[in-house]
Amino acid sequence: MQKYSFLSLIKNAFSGHKGWEVAWKDPTPKKEYDVVIIGGGGHGLATAYYLAKEHKITNIAVIEKGWIGGGNVGRNTTIIRSNYMHDENGLFYEKGMDLWRSMSQDLNFNIMFSPRGIINLAHSDAQMNAYARRGNSMRLNGIDAVLLDREEVKKKVPVLDFSDNVRFPIFGALMQPSAGTARHDAVAWGYARQADSMGVDIIQHCEVTGFDVSNGKIQGIKTSRGDIKTKKVGLCVAGSTSILAEMLNMTLPIETHLLQACVSEPIKPILDHVVTFGAGHFYCSQSDKGEMVMGGDLDGYNSYAQRGNLPTLQHVLTEGIAMFPFLSKLNMLRTWGGIMDMSMDGSPIIDKTHIAGLYLNCGWCYGGFKATPASGFTFAHTIAQDRVHELNAGFRLDRFSTGHLIDEKGLGTKTWIS
Amino acid sequence: MLYIKCPHCGLRSQNEFAYGGDASVKRPELNKEISDQEWDEFVYLRKSPRGKHLELWHHVSGCRQWIKVLRDTSTHEIFNTYKSEEKVG
Repeated sequence: MQKYSFLSLIKNAFSGHKGWEVAWKDPTPKKEYDVVIIGGGGHGLATAYYLAKEHKITNIAVIEKGWIGGGNVGRNTTIIRSNYMHDENGLFYEKGMDLWRSMSQDLNFNIMFSPRGIINLAHSDAQMNAYARRGNSMRLNGIDAVLLDREEVKKKVPVLDFSDNVRFPIFGALMQPSAGTARHDAVAWGYARQADSMGVDIIQHCEVTGFDVSNGKIQGIKTSRGDIKTKKVGLCVAGSTSILAEMLNMTLPIETHLLQACVSEPIKPILDHVVTFGAGHFYCSQSDKGEMVMGGDLDGYNSYAQRGNLPTLQHVLTEGIAMFPFLSKLNMLRTWGGIMDMSMDGSPIIDKTHIAGLYLNCGWCYGGFKATPASGFTFAHTIAQDRVHELNAGFRLDRFSTGHLIDEKGLGTKTWIS
Repeated sequence: MLYIKCPHCGLRSQNEFAYGGDASVKRPELNKEISDQEWDEFVYLRKSPRGKHLELWHHVSGCRQWIKVLRDTSTHEIFNTYKSEEKVG
């Protein structure tokens, strides 16, 4: 593989940029693979990468219905954080933070990781107490957390509404300084390029139409480009998980819902951090191009449509304007939607299944992007070793029937409000 | 914007409704020995189909009745609406 460097940039500049190799090939599917990963999003590509890098399994196919970077990995709001209270989530996402920090070097691809810090606003004394508790839990797990008072928030984010006549005054905030953002497409492209260079076949525009299961074991998959034999299949298909589960006669503790995001027109730098509203669901950061990147609630009903509806957008932006009054003067550049695999307790599932050789990675709710490296790392371990890694040991599929839920949000089983 | 025809009030905008989830889920019968498996299916497991989905909506800013809506989860087309006690064929 051609290494990207300052030197290679100069060299190719002088030869009219005609010497660049393709970043990944476009192979025809082989008859058989050691492992097939279904879903060529961030998680699927990261899984293939860590299978090759950590477990020396390279006879892998990544099967993608659309194209690399066209699903949720290209539709999220690029936020990376590990500000979770429960051990299962905190330790898992903190492993992810370690992988994020070295990812540009590891992948030889600039993923533009920007640890600008996330600020969760608090709007009451009770919320400050809850954040103090969350911050302490985070610090016990080695995650950085700082409790900010009102004046400190004002210094960091002066454009917030600190006037007297607001419905939800700002009391303070919980900040994770090491959190931030990364360029989401670059993450998909970086993983795809490295996985390809280690021998992984990335097969785009190939839809899975069925599974070959006999004697309780996976034998292969059927696709729009022919049958493929394999002993191990990993599902990384986010919002499409229930569709594939139906082909396998499985019913899962997840529902597919629609989540929207939007960006404003680009403006000069005004917001240095990721900031979230504490009295509703709204988050905002400023992209390198200057656009305000915003998101919030689900549309609130089961949906496989990758496009949103205006009432939810209006609701979310009302919260945004309550936080940042200047947003009301901006034009909206673009809005879009993606479909989320919402789990019943708001935490993910990375586990084996009752079918030997079938592995499940789903239930990412709002937070799939930040989990990309840790999800790939632990899912690769689960597939290669046929047992869970200690970091995903809590993300069991049977935790719902056994009562070992990881109820990070404490909202119960209504996926559309969690 | 979705427009939902409440069987009691007529056509109203989605802003008046709250979602209530899959209407085909049945609560296990009372006063019966219920296995963990049955509870699991009732509380947590959902088919989440792509296509026709029978679901509950609450006309919370209207007549406050729960209704059933048959809707397509990929096109958002609403085929029919029913009163909560109505049998859906």
